[in-house]
Amino acid sequence: MGLLDYLRSPGGAGKGSASVAKERLQILVAHDRAARDRPSYLPRLQQEILAVIRKYVEVDNDAVSVHYEQEDRHEILELNIVLPDPESRA
Amino acid sequence: MARTIVITSGKGGVGKTTTAAAMAMGLAQRGQRTAVIDFDVGLRNLDLIMGCERRVVYDFANVINGEANLNQALIRDKRCEHLSILPASQTRDKEALTQEGVGQVLDELGKTYDYIVCDSPAGIEHGAVMAMFFADDAVVVTNPEVSSVRDSDRMLGILASKSRRALENDEPIREFLLLTRYSPERVARGEMLGVEDVQEILSLNLLSVIPESMAVLNASNAGNPVILDHESDAGQAYADMVARYLGEERPMHFLEPERKGLFSRFFRG
Repeated sequence: MGLLDYLRSPGGAGKGSASVAKERLQILVAHDRAARDRPSYLPRLQQEILAVIRKYVEVDNDAVSVHYEQEDRHEILELNIVLPDPESRA
Repeated sequence: MARTIVITSGKGGVGKTTTAAAMAMGLAQRGQRTAVIDFDVGLRNLDLIMGCERRVVYDFANVINGEANLNQALIRDKRCEHLSILPASQTRDKEALTQEGVGQVLDELGKTYDYIVCDSPAGIEHGAVMAMFFADDAVVVTNPEVSSVRDSDRMLGILASKSRRALENDEPIREFLLLTRYSPERVARGEMLGVEDVQEILSLNLLSVIPESMAVLNASNAGNPVILDHESDAGQAYADMVARYLGEERPMHFLEPERKGLFSRFFRG
């Protein structure tokens, strides 16, 4: 590393920004890919399930989460519904 | 049967047209009958990079609309007899390229050419989709930079879901990575994503690494595909690309920083 580079780099020597870039990309690309393979009906499904549950129980907007995973030979649709604790319901 | 190669990226300014010109010229110089098509309707530039802008009479859209036949629109390269250029239309709107029309032109070219190189416009709109739709092979041009890598990954998703081969459940498109504007010095200093980093994320077959080079601007200024500049680093890296694409094994070049004297080391800018 040249002298000028040393003076220029923030905080002196040390890790460059490339490792930050790689880390951010790995997360982002994994996220993009997961979203890409998801069926397009998922958001609507989530809304409708939420509406049905709300007929019976008071729940928050984010009480229903939908996870979709694709493996070699099968797909997994995972629904997670968080009901409010009994005390607050009473 | 010709093989159709799309040069694509998603992101603009990464070197698609430079690569398309180099790929087409390189294949033609190796005796392969090659046609290169500009799909960038309204922003025609391949003719400039190839140095034939003053010979454009008819274009791709004219052929699709039956206003000219293919032979009238194709421009024969003056440097290499095996190479022809089909320029994009500068005036029409993007919808001028219909899927049916593009397919017919490719079929007709396939009768007389061995390779058809499709220079894709940036983005993921109609023109880019048309350029990749009929592809057998894809060269994904990527800069070692976050937005370019992300867009390349997006483009891989589109190749795998919206291409003819994907829709017809045919054998998938062969996808290759071409890393451009690479600066080994900056990679060594940890300022730029390295080849391994990009490959780890995109996991593609690497065709070549094109170093950031003065030769590229010089070549486009003059209208000569940079692959013709045999002395230059970028020219040689593109020659490697063509050789590897055709199945030759060559070691990767231009991955290590050049050794510099004390003077240039100190005043490195």
